[in-house]
Amino acid sequence: MATRLMFENSCEVGVFSKLTNAYCLVAIGGSESFYSTFEAELADHIPVVKTSIAGTRIVGRICAGNKNGLLLPHNTTDQELQHLRNSLPDQVVVQRVDERLSALGNCIACNDHVALTHTDLDRETEELIADVLGVEVFRQTIAGNILVGSYCTFSNRGGLVHPHTSIEDLDELSTLLQVPLVAGTVNRGSEVIAAGMVVNDWTAFCGADTTATELSVIESVFKLREAQPTAIVDEMRKSLIDSYV
Amino acid sequence: MADSSMFTVPQTIGHILCCKCGVPIVPNGANMCVTCLRSEVDITEGLKKHVIIMHCPECDSYFEPPRTWIKAQLESKELLKFCIGKLGDLTKKVRLVDASFVWTEPHSKRIKVKLTVQKEVLHGAILEQSYIVEYVQQDHMCESCTRIQANPDQWVAAVQLRQHVSHRRTFFYLEQLILKHGAASQAIKIKQVDEGIDFFFANRSHAMRFVDFVGKVSPLRNRHDKQLVSHDPKSNNYNYKYTFSAEICPICREDLICLPPKVAASLGNLGPIVICTKVTDRIALLDPFTLRHCFLSADQYWRVPFKSLFTSRQFVEYIVLDVEPVSNEVDFGGSKYKLADVQVARKSDFGRNDNIFYVRTHLGHLLNPGDYALGYDTYGANSNDMELDKYRGLTLPEAILVKKSYGEKREKKRGKARQWKLKSLDMEVDESKGRSDKDKIASEYEEFLRDLEENPELRFNISLYRNREYEPSEIASVTTGEDLPSVPLEELLADLDMSDEEDEENGMRD
Repeated sequence: MATRLMFENSCEVGVFSKLTNAYCLVAIGGSESFYSTFEAELADHIPVVKTSIAGTRIVGRICAGNKNGLLLPHNTTDQELQHLRNSLPDQVVVQRVDERLSALGNCIACNDHVALTHTDLDRETEELIADVLGVEVFRQTIAGNILVGSYCTFSNRGGLVHPHTSIEDLDELSTLLQVPLVAGTVNRGSEVIAAGMVVNDWTAFCGADTTATELSVIESVFKLREAQPTAIVDEMRKSLIDSYV
Repeated sequence: MADSSMFTVPQTIGHILCCKCGVPIVPNGANMCVTCLRSEVDITEGLKKHVIIMHCPECDSYFEPPRTWIKAQLESKELLKFCIGKLGDLTKKVRLVDASFVWTEPHSKRIKVKLTVQKEVLHGAILEQSYIVEYVQQDHMCESCTRIQANPDQWVAAVQLRQHVSHRRTFFYLEQLILKHGAASQAIKIKQVDEGIDFFFANRSHAMRFVDFVGKVSPLRNRHDKQLVSHDPKSNNYNYKYTFSAEICPICREDLICLPPKVAASLGNLGPIVICTKVTDRIALLDPFTLRHCFLSADQYWRVPFKSLFTSRQFVEYIVLDVEPVSNEVDFGGSKYKLADVQVARKSDFGRNDNIFYVRTHLGHLLNPGDYALGYDTYGANSNDMELDKYRGLTLPEAILVKKSYGEKREKKRGKARQWKLKSLDMEVDESKGRSDKDKIASEYEEFLRDLEENPELRFNISLYRNREYEPSEIASVTTGEDLPSVPLEELLADLDMSDEEDEENGMRD
């Protein structure tokens, strides 16, 4: 199910929040309504953590993560790091990355199995991503833009990319990611997909300007209509229990 | 280039759904379909859609502030330009792509213009939109029409053209020149008076232009004056009536002149007896005995003005008895001359007495024994010229031939229509003279037409029209007409049927 919301009069929800299958990070805002929307939807299933990263509120764009781990930029303070380690479940590895391109959210787009990164990322960072997030890493561009983390977003079920992506590129990316992809817009024609929405396997949050058409596209490509959160989370728990034994 | 060796994947852009209405579209800057974009953004916002323009019903012109009136017909290019100009600076806001008229009933006093404009909206998408601007025509008489209505004979500038000679040849020729160049197109009235023509204009600059034109084709001396008509003390506007008095020099073609000693000296001692061969803005003088020639410009003439000794009215006909060429051909001013000694006798003397004159003439290239020539009879004439008296010891030859005559042959052709005709200016004639003048003028006109036939260089500046009523007569096969100089057919302009209705053309507009 897709929800529409705003952060302090801005429709760029993906800038101020980060949503994965195991946790959700939310920026500290003036009013509590942003946080409470996430909480209302997600609190039963995954922890919703209020935080700042590197003293900023743009948590969605400077960190990158999935259910296995979370990567933070080098200027994250120790307190924030500790806070996050405490709040997130133990199986999520929180790691600070020493990388020149510190807006990791703009440079890395990932789901639980595959990640697309900025073409100029360091080799060490790439290895770190593969290690911490447990994903296969591909360096790619989306419609000629190198900030892959901004112009596309994908979950384990589907993905949405920049509207000007050509059909050949779409096919190539789809093959790499092994999920269906569609080119579309969010927030009434905005091309910066990942800044306008956050998504995981059963829910999505979009900016309030998103039109009904865009919302229907999002719901259909990410297969949100029939998604049952409990089933997905239970699946995760089962695998966890397995590992204990 | 390295590109050709690289493998480049062909890129096809797919379709996305319009974010508002969901129709599949090609992605653009706004990622919306055109209809949704149009409904969102109106690029014609802030542009004028309703304008009032002033129109003068008399002369069908539109008011352009602060002072000009632009003449334009409905649905014409000039009107479109004027209407678009009225919208203010459009280019600052949008880009104008197309403009056209939408038909409206002429009596509705509404003009509709459809404009297509382009503007950039929302992240680089360019939107094109058409809209209609409505112009309300308000009737308001322009200044010149008001003035004409108030007093139709009102003129602001007048040019009084005069030539103090006893014939009107110059004015016939000038009339044709004026017609060809359209110099009198802005004259509101033309009046023919004794020894000249008056032209009336509505504007001082038109009158000045006309005076300049005449000054280019004849040696002119002019002066101008103005008379105060009205004065507005509040705005300090003064209305004047301007008068230009122009005098054409009295020397005409084929005149015999005795140059005053000063002038002769300044021209290099040109023999005091000269013939005037051509008058344009300079006077061409030829000494018939030495074949020396020179030009006299208008200012040079008017500094020391002189009159001619004999004019072409005083021509006497001579029969040429014998010709002996003396020199070679000389080319001057486009015509050739050859000195020759000739034996001539006056036509009136021929057969009656033995008066034969041996004279030198410049027409050696034209004359053959048995020809007729026209010249001045200095033997029998009693000239009362002051200039002549100044020369002591000057002997005049007994006859001075000026041109060849086709008199006999002309007799046969008299009364027959010519193949060509001329147009004339719309002139008011001063009716105070008697009937005898009418005959004189008619014969002068006939001589002028004959002159035109004989001189191709005179015809150069004039338009001749084909006379549709001319029918070649049955005796055309007879060779009498061959030696007569006539106007070749190629020089004639086909006279348009509409030309007779030229003056009414303005009224025929739909």
